[in-house]
Amino acid sequence: MTDVLHTAPTTGDDHGHGHDEHHGPSGILKWLTTTDHKIIGLSYTVTAVVLFVIGGLFAEIIRLQLASPNGTLVSLAQYNELFTMHGSVMIYLFAGPFAFGALANIIVPIQIGAPDMAFPRLNALSYWLYLTGSITMLSGFFTAGGAANFGWVGYAPLSNSLNSPGAGADLWIGGLLLTGFSAIFTGVNLVATIFYLRAPGMTMFRMPIFTWNLLVTAILILLAFPVLTAGLIMLYADRHFGTHIFSNSGGGVPVLWQHIFWFWGHPEVYILALPFFGMVTEVIAVFSKKPVFGYKGMIFATLTIAALSLGVWAHHMFTTGVVLLPFFSIMSLLIAVPTGIKMFNWIGSMWRGQIWFSAAMLMSIGFLFTFLIGGLTGIYLASPPLDFMTHDTYFVVAHFHSVVMALVFGAMAGLYYWGPKFTGYLLHEGIGKAQFWFLFIGTQVFTFPQYLLGLYGMPRRMAVYPHDPQWQHLNELSTLGALLIGVSTILFVVNIGYSWKKYPAGDNPWDAQTLEWFTTSPPPHHNFYRLPQIRSERPTWDYNHPDHPSLAHGAHEETHA
Amino acid sequence: MKVEAKMLLVLGLFFGLMCAVYWNWSLENAGGVMMFAGMLLCFLPGSYYYWWSRRMKERPEDKKDVTQAEGAGFVGTFPGSSIFPFVLGMGAFSVVLSLVFGIWLLIPGLGLAAWAFIGGTSEGRRGGSH
Repeated sequence: MTDVLHTAPTTGDDHGHGHDEHHGPSGILKWLTTTDHKIIGLSYTVTAVVLFVIGGLFAEIIRLQLASPNGTLVSLAQYNELFTMHGSVMIYLFAGPFAFGALANIIVPIQIGAPDMAFPRLNALSYWLYLTGSITMLSGFFTAGGAANFGWVGYAPLSNSLNSPGAGADLWIGGLLLTGFSAIFTGVNLVATIFYLRAPGMTMFRMPIFTWNLLVTAILILLAFPVLTAGLIMLYADRHFGTHIFSNSGGGVPVLWQHIFWFWGHPEVYILALPFFGMVTEVIAVFSKKPVFGYKGMIFATLTIAALSLGVWAHHMFTTGVVLLPFFSIMSLLIAVPTGIKMFNWIGSMWRGQIWFSAAMLMSIGFLFTFLIGGLTGIYLASPPLDFMTHDTYFVVAHFHSVVMALVFGAMAGLYYWGPKFTGYLLHEGIGKAQFWFLFIGTQVFTFPQYLLGLYGMPRRMAVYPHDPQWQHLNELSTLGALLIGVSTILFVVNIGYSWKKYPAGDNPWDAQTLEWFTTSPPPHHNFYRLPQIRSERPTWDYNHPDHPSLAHGAHEETHA
Repeated sequence: MKVEAKMLLVLGLFFGLMCAVYWNWSLENAGGVMMFAGMLLCFLPGSYYYWWSRRMKERPEDKKDVTQAEGAGFVGTFPGSSIFPFVLGMGAFSVVLSLVFGIWLLIPGLGLAAWAFIGGTSEGRRGGSH
């Protein structure tokens, strides 16, 4: 155990107490025993990106199958497994853990000037539960009955032991239990870190937007994930212990599963989205050389989204006919207001700035465009009459793929922006820009035909479809888009290989604003040798540009004596 | 500490309000119960922080004009490395696999978990490795 002290900058002692280099085990044992948030975060990042590639391969197989009406690439049963595992891997194992496990773990403690997460060993446990949970879920493919095949939502009664026997479904439940606990522990850790380990002067309203969003995400995790875990235990009991919680035959209620699942599932959408909103906010501000426009408005918008997100779950269940349509429709439409504020503030942050179109900035602009489409179609779907029309069609598929592909843009922006901080090396900008264009064009070509297909009535989760030239052409176009997205992912891997330890980053390659750019790249054990005075939400900028300090919220003080 | 407390209390209040509206309007109980629980989950830590925020001195991280020198001092004790998160993780893995592949996997699973609980606790008490 190491006692960590905040050291005063006036001592001139760059290597203060508690900041001495770490002397522990090395090699594989170092990885197994580490409690350093940066190494855990890096493990999270690598695992999540590998799972993104696996989930992406499933997607490419699905799209190739759908390129012709009677595709024979996979059997119908295999197709069911593929779309189930594609959704499960992307939502449960990539997007969430990448957002609140990978970059949050590395960046949040450094952004608030903390030496580590509040509970480093719990943090390590989170990673091991995430890794073993992912292995558990994917190992379904190696069982006799194949992986889970009831869709990533696991609706009852399709997911009961009569309709979905076999180990694959149980492994899916088990994997979710493990990753669910991993998420809960990460949530506890983030809240405790942000509440108790901020540097002197880092008040709540001086925290970077990314940290704020992660705080709200962590609170949402604590509200939502226990519900999913409880639901999964009930589902397992139904499958194996003879209970009838979700089956009509014993007096249970199948729709209860949908209530429980979506009570987790819709906050989960914001648990996925808010961290990426934060990444994009930071990137846009830094590469426009301006402070975040409407800093407090951004925070209140985030809090409002979180508050409303607990009251919208049943807009996924409009067609069940047993939910309170006006309540859920109003609540869902209301979410457009804070999200609109965020859009406005992102554009405001760029307005009249000196925009530097780096790969990270391009990815962020790609995020804005793609998320706008996903968000606006979400407003359509919040209206019950339109939802009755389009429920379970490709319109819904296109809507949520616009949203989650926007998050992929956010993830890439985060990796290009913060990668140099935790690796010490920049990625190649040219390959990054090529990656952006493939990703951007690919995403639009991939989703637009699906909106039309949905309006023409093509249902989701079908391996074959009627011979209709129009449907086929649109499906071919969508497959082409998916392949372009695949190329962009390959370019990202190529970029990592090409730029491997080639372009040293230095402490602050982007002339950035927040505290993580004040320390070295990569940061030392326990993160800081010294801290600057914190007088605004941009301490590093204030330190580097004493002539242009931040005029934070109208309260300007002289920052540097 | 006040901002943290107020944030949680306001969130809890909003969930309570939503719960009241939903409970009286809908014919379904699950959602109301879950929103009520959400309210409690915000009120519990929120009121704890509020109670403390009125009884403690402002911390350096809550002050707007503190210098780093004023804030210097003990932050906390952090473990340098520990094998027990990995041991506990493998124990949990084994317990979950016992749900699928047979109850016998509980033996290594609970064994590893017990080892991790004892080892981790004593590591925390005696200081553990650097």
